[in-house]
This record gives sequence, C-alpha cells and structure tokens, in this order.
Amino acid sequence: MLSFLIRRLATFIPTFIGVTVIAFAFIRLLPGDPILLLAGERGVSAERYAELQHQFGFDQPVWRQYIDYVIGIFHGDLGTSFSTKRPVLDEFMQLFPATVELGLCAIVLATLIGIPAGVIAAVNRGKFFDQALMSSALVGYSMPIFWWALLLIIVFSGTLGWTPVSGRMGLQYYFDTPTGFMLIDSLLSGQSGAFRSAVSHLILPTIALATIPLAVIARQTRSAMLEVLGEDYVRTARAKGMSPLRVNGVHALRNALIPVVTVIGLSVGTLLAGAILTETIFSWPGIGKWMVDSIFRRDYQVVQGGLLLIALVVMIVNLIVDVLYGFINPKIRKG
Amino acid sequence: MALLEIRNLSVDFATHSGQFRAVDGVDVTVDEGDLLAIVGESGSGKSVSMLALMGLLPWTATVTADKLEFDGQDLRTISARARRRIVGKDISMIFQEPMSSLNPAFTIGWQIKESLRKHTDMTRSQRQDRAVELMRQVGIPAPEKRLQAYPHQLSGGMSQRAMIAMALANKPKLLIADEPTTALDVTIQAQILELLTGLQQETGMALVLITHDMGVVAETVQRVQVQYAGQRVELQEVGGLFQNPHHPYTAALLAALPERATEKRLPTIPGVVPGQFDRPAGCLFSPRCSFADARCIAQRPSPAGPELGRALCHYPLIDGQPTGKESAA
Amino acid sequence: MTDSASHPASPASTQKAPPSRLREFWSSFKENRGAVIGLIVFLGFLFVAILAPLLAPYAPDTQYRDAQLVPPFWQEGGSTRFLLGTDAVGRDLLSRLIYGARFSFFIGLLVVTLATSLGVLLGVIAGFAPRWLDTLIMRLMDIVLSFPSLLLALVLVAILGPSLLNAMIAIAIVLQPHFVRLTRAAVLTERSKDYVIAARVAGGRPIRIMFRTVLPNCLAPIIVQAALSFSTAVLDTAALGFLGMGAQPPTPEWGTMLAEAREFILSAWWVVTFPGLCILVTVLAINLMGDGLRDALDPKLKRS
Repeated sequence: MLSFLIRRLATFIPTFIGVTVIAFAFIRLLPGDPILLLAGERGVSAERYAELQHQFGFDQPVWRQYIDYVIGIFHGDLGTSFSTKRPVLDEFMQLFPATVELGLCAIVLATLIGIPAGVIAAVNRGKFFDQALMSSALVGYSMPIFWWALLLIIVFSGTLGWTPVSGRMGLQYYFDTPTGFMLIDSLLSGQSGAFRSAVSHLILPTIALATIPLAVIARQTRSAMLEVLGEDYVRTARAKGMSPLRVNGVHALRNALIPVVTVIGLSVGTLLAGAILTETIFSWPGIGKWMVDSIFRRDYQVVQGGLLLIALVVMIVNLIVDVLYGFINPKIRKG
Repeated sequence: MALLEIRNLSVDFATHSGQFRAVDGVDVTVDEGDLLAIVGESGSGKSVSMLALMGLLPWTATVTADKLEFDGQDLRTISARARRRIVGKDISMIFQEPMSSLNPAFTIGWQIKESLRKHTDMTRSQRQDRAVELMRQVGIPAPEKRLQAYPHQLSGGMSQRAMIAMALANKPKLLIADEPTTALDVTIQAQILELLTGLQQETGMALVLITHDMGVVAETVQRVQVQYAGQRVELQEVGGLFQNPHHPYTAALLAALPERATEKRLPTIPGVVPGQFDRPAGCLFSPRCSFADARCIAQRPSPAGPELGRALCHYPLIDGQPTGKESAA
Repeated sequence: MTDSASHPASPASTQKAPPSRLREFWSSFKENRGAVIGLIVFLGFLFVAILAPLLAPYAPDTQYRDAQLVPPFWQEGGSTRFLLGTDAVGRDLLSRLIYGARFSFFIGLLVVTLATSLGVLLGVIAGFAPRWLDTLIMRLMDIVLSFPSLLLALVLVAILGPSLLNAMIAIAIVLQPHFVRLTRAAVLTERSKDYVIAARVAGGRPIRIMFRTVLPNCLAPIIVQAALSFSTAVLDTAALGFLGMGAQPPTPEWGTMLAEAREFILSAWWVVTFPGLCILVTVLAINLMGDGLRDALDPKLKRS
C-alpha cells in the first residue's frame, strides 16, 4: 500500500508541475500585450505601463517569472482579480463551497439512484425493467445538460411554480455563512424557512448536474454486476443459504463496486465541467459561473488562478479515488 | 428412512435452440452417514442434479421430480425462504474451483462467520471460536492469522480447506463435494480426499462425492452411482462395482483406468456424450457401446434389479459378458 | 519481392479482403436493434444536412418582422406558414434547425478528424518511442486530462478568440488525449506479436511497420472511440455555443440558437425546446450507433 502511494505520488508531482506551466503560459499565450489586455479598453499611461510591467514581473526573463510564479503559488498568491481587486485565492475559497455543495448533492443523488438501478437492471437482465432503465440511461448520457436545465426550469419553475429559477437562497433571508454550505448555514441561522429555501434552490441544479453521472454510474454498475453475477463465489454465497438481497447486494455488489468507484471518481472532472453550464444557467454563485464570468470580463488573473486551482482539485480527487480503489480492492491493498 | 431421496429427477434448460435435458429421470438415495460417489464424464448431469437439489440452478432451468425429499421435507413445494434455512445448514456444498469460489473481497474469517451468523444464534466471540476450531479441523495452520487472510493470499489447497471449513460450519447432515480435487495439484488431491473422508467419519455426516475419476472412487467411498448423459446407468457397492460392473459404460470406464490396464495401450471409450441434437432414440450409450445391437438403438432400456446394480441396459453384463441376448433375439 | 510483382497484387487483395470482413461486421451490427435505429436516424440527419437548401422552406437568416415568436402550427396563434414557429426576430425555426444539422455534422466530422489524426499519430509514436519520449507524451496527456474538458476548451477559446472554428479546434485538442492513450495501449499489445517481429526481421522500415503493419490492427477500438467522440464533439461545441464562446449569432448552430432563446424560456417554449431536442436526438443516435459499433467490432470492449 505504501509503495502504491509513493508510486502514485510520483506521477502526481510532474503532472502538477505541468499544470503550473500551462496556467503560467496562459496569460502569455493571449494574443497581444498582456498589460494592455489586462488594462482593458481604457489604456494606460507610459509610467503606469512601466509600473505594471514591474509589478507583474514582465521585465524579468521568462524562467525567472515562472519561478516567481511557482513561489507565489506556494505562498498562496495567485494574483488579484481586476474587477473586484481581491486576491484570486480568497475569491476561490469563498465560492468553492457553493460548487462543492452542488457537486456533492449531485454525486450523492447519482450514486444513490445509479447503483441500485444498475444492480436491479443486472439482476433482471433482458426483462422490461432492464431495457427501460438502459434506454433512459442512454438518453441521460446523451443529454445536453444546458438544455435539460432549461427544460427543468420551464416545467418546475414556470409551469408548476414549485422551485425558484436561480440563486442559492431566498432574498428575504440573510444570515452569516460560516461554513459556506447553505444547507448547514441555513440550519445554523435558526431562521424558519431558510433551510427549506436552501433545499428548494438546490433541487433543480442538482438534478441537472446529476443526470450524466447518474446515467454513467447506472450503466457501469449494470455491466460490472453482470460480470460478477456469473462468478463462482456468487454461487457459493447462495449455497450458504444467503437471501437474494444479500447475495446481490453484498457478495456481488461488493466486487462490482471496484470499477464503479473509479467511474464515480472520474466523473468529478465531468461534474466540474457540468458545473460550468449548470451554475451559469441557475446563477449559482460557484466557481463554474465565476470562471465563465471572468472569461467574459477578461479578468485573466482570475482565469489563470482558477484554472490552476480547479486542475489541482481534480488531481487531488483522482488521487483520493486511486487510494480508495486500493482500499476497496484487497488485491492491491495487501498484494 | 433415507436422509435424501430423489425419484425421477429431470432438469431441462431453456436454450436459444430449444429445450435441453441435462438430467433425465435420475434417482438418488443417501442414508445418514452414507458415502456415495456419483461418477460420470463431463456433461453427464452429475453436478446439475445436485445443484437442482440445492436450488442453485439459473432461472433457465426447469426441475421436475416425483420425489425430492431431504430429512423428511419435500423440497419441491418448500418456499425459497424455508429452503435457504436448510441449504448452508443441513446440506452444504463445495465446488470444483476453490480459488474462485471464495469471495475475493472478504476475508476467510468473514465468509465462515457469515454462515454461522445466518444459521445460528452464536455471539460474536462464539463465532470467532467456532471459526478457529473449524480451521483447525480442516488442518489449516495458524488459524487465527489465516482467518484474516483474503482468498488471493491462499494457495489452491488452502482455499479448498477453507471452503470445507465453511461448509462444515453448521455441522451439516449432508455434504456435497462437486469435483473437489479436480482443480488441484495431484499431491494435494489425496490430502483433500483424505480430509473429506476423515471428517465424514468424525462427524457422521453423509458425503456425496461427485467426480469423473474412478480412481478417486475406489479408495474413498462405499457406494457408487454411475451417470451417463443425464441418466443413472448403474448403482453398486464399490467392491462389487470394481469386480463385476453390470453396465457396459461402467465396464468401459474401469477399463480406461491406467492401474487396471492389461494391454500396452490404454483403452478409451470412442465418441463423446451425446449433446442437445444427437440424442439417440434408444439406449443413450448405444452409439459408443461395443455390445449394442438393433434393439439397443431402437428401444430405451429400463433399469435392471438391484442384484444387477440397477443397470440401465437391455443386456446387463455379468463377469464382462452381456446377458439375456439370446432370449431377445 | 520487387515492386512490379507486389503492385498488381495489392489492389486485388484490398478489393477482395474487406467485403467479407465488412459483411461479418454488418451481420453482427444489424443484430443490435438500437444500433440500426441509431444508424437510420444518423443517415436521416446526414441527408437533411446535405439537402438543407432544398428542404428548408426559408433561408435561415431571413427575418419576417410581421411574425415574431409565432408558436408552432398546432398551437393557438400558430400557422402552417411557419411549421415550428419563429424566433424573436421572426426567423423560421424549422429552416434554422435544418441548416443547423449542417453545422453539427460538419463540426462532428472536423473535430473527430482532427482529434483522431493527432491522437493516433501521437499514440503510435508513444507506443514505439524510447521510454523518455513515451513518458513525456503520456505525462502531457495526463496534464491535459487533469483539466475539466469543457473548462479547458473554454479557456482555449478565450485565447484563440470566440468563433466556431476556434471552438472546434479547442474541443479537438481536449478530445485527443483519449485517442493517444487508446492507440498507445493497442500498439503496445500488438507490438510484441509475432507478425510484427516477422516484419522487423524482414527489414521493414520503422515508419512502414508503425503505420502499415501495426496500426491497421489497432483500428477497432479507435473507430469506436471516434464514433463516440463524434457525439461529444457535437455536444461540447453546442455547449460552447450556448456559453457564447462557439458559433456566433446569427449562425443557425443549435447551441447558439439555444443561447439566443434563453430569455424566452418562460414565454416561448418552442424556441428553447426544438434546438435542444435536435441536439439530443443527434447525440442519442450517434451513441446508439457507437454502442453497436463497439459490440460488433470489438467483443472485448463489450461492456453493457
């Protein structure tokens, strides 16, 4: 296990260095003079130009700039937003919980429905339920989620009027957000109705974001289960007099989960990509919307820093998934 | 009263190309403390009849029988839930591939104790003690340590011992061993067989040994049931069977044993067990039988009496010679 | 073997060999009902794309100022003049959707061609290259893959400037690491087989061995990946269009049409529903086809 961890970390570090290079190169790859670009349409005076050039270190050789950049990263300095004048890292930390809250809800929903659905489909292979489920999974998998989100709004917010169209919280509520997770903070605030409001704001974005992972997890669970159900040890479990629920849900599923966990882990990247669209549509104040807005505002310091931080999040999640994979697969753990 | 009584058991599988009869009117009787071998080539339906008894066949299988009774309970009408209270407790089964028959995701101890938890009221520590005792009983060294091992950390022989320990957990009245040594090294095979017969004597349980190996049979069991193409063709005490086989198929199987070969070349049985599409109209063994005549090809035989080992043959052998041929001609 | 001897033989063999393999493939492909439906829908969509000018009742950008946000013909206020209604500036929705098929097909084709050729080239090189180069290429791909694909595409478009072509290039770049990984893995398994060693012993030039001997035997998974990437390409380009970073208005690209229609979601459902439905049906058809291709071409990849 330890050597596995070390080997895994050995690929983590060069990839991380590569990611910093890409993020570093980003501003320099933009067509045109970065300072004029950063200054926007108003332009700058000659003194200000020189001052900015010095401030950003553009008067230094490129390798020196890169090293300064990396040193900055380790000090938590990812630049300053031009539109808000706040450090990029602070903005990120403030908005990140919103994305995590949405992403966690989506992945929990996708897992809670996807795994049982896949198991039931596999156990009833070829029957009506299986076919219906796999057809819906394929539709879900092919769904343009930006359109799906709009449809959800049309039906549930427009026609039925059940849920709000955008945001995280009703405007009438105001309270501190110590954790950044609206579900928790609304409970802590003690204001009646706040939690309800948080939940109702979460429902549609969660469904929209969960759709593709749900389809992927259901498909993967089904195929992994089909493979496992033919194994000898499943017969052994039945020969011990175990109930079908225990045979399928413990003996078979425990083994089928090994590839499924990988898929769930890999869908974190998909989830963040999906969050860009979902957050934009639902005006969800998370990092996806932040990135899109910053690209439109030409706030390139934010784009650069956000790119690096998001890649780092994906890499860390993948690392955790790999370790988890080792943990649930005894052959790696002790082999 | 017999512990297990099966009369006229048939199993059909639904396949893409129609029904396939894997077991065809088989009878099996096992008394308490009995030691029976069911012998036959692959495809003779010997495992399928036992899987049918355990309720382990896939849903494509249809099981019919005139009688299917274990310990006084009719297994044909019993509910699935009630059957699961018997299976794994009073009847248990071990399989051909010990390595893949153990669940790779759980420790050996977990898998043994799961069985105890399902069928007994033991406490946690009692289950641990029982598991250690079982591991010791099947001859696994350092049982406490091995209980925490995962299946892939054990060798094939060790895995089969663990499987046996698991099968014995609830002191079954009947243990079915489905080719328990086929997948193992030759040196290990004898150890496992010795362990099984030793445990059978020690616990007084009945043991059904399914095998294709007549050599295994000779040194292990009391009674032998020979199956061919889903039918029982002979049933005899082991001594009588080896001295005086009554069915030509049994005789041919015995002649194919290396230790009984009289000529330089080992005799073989020409052809293969009939499949779904080439089942003969008459005696199923007739295409491969050296004594077969027109009657064998046209007409299905009925079993002979117990003195002739219930041989399913028109002309049961006595001392290697077919009988009754003149009268039929 | 001399050139003159090998030359006449090769066309004959290429004419003869493929049909039997093709027939074998077709017989297993047509067993899959979903895949056949997918193929039919896909062909229909291709047909519409090619014949768009003949099929569309109006030009995609003609604005009928007298008929803004007219609902589809079956709804009250709609007329058969505009079968699926009109958008906010009075353009016929059906005509725009029909022309949109052209864009989607063109996008899918170009993106997949770009991503496949680049990815396969890099993958073959990585599979044959010395260790350091192999590691370098694969690490680079790891780096690309550690960014969420849509985000990276978005940032690339920000660098290149928002346009349909740049969006397609960005998506091709984001997609190609999958081809590199797949090709490399296939090359590595083929490389050690006897026929490759035989070709080497016979003195085949490395380039020839790489692309003529080994690559054709790695094609099955690549073709499957290409088919499935086609749907990703259509989906992601539409997403970029939706975010305003892909095709620019008034291009009748489905994603861009959706973006323009967003403000009417609660008042004119048809301008939102139909473009998305077109994307969904197209992507679904391609995925159905891709699943069938996978099952028919490569039983080893058979998953569900």
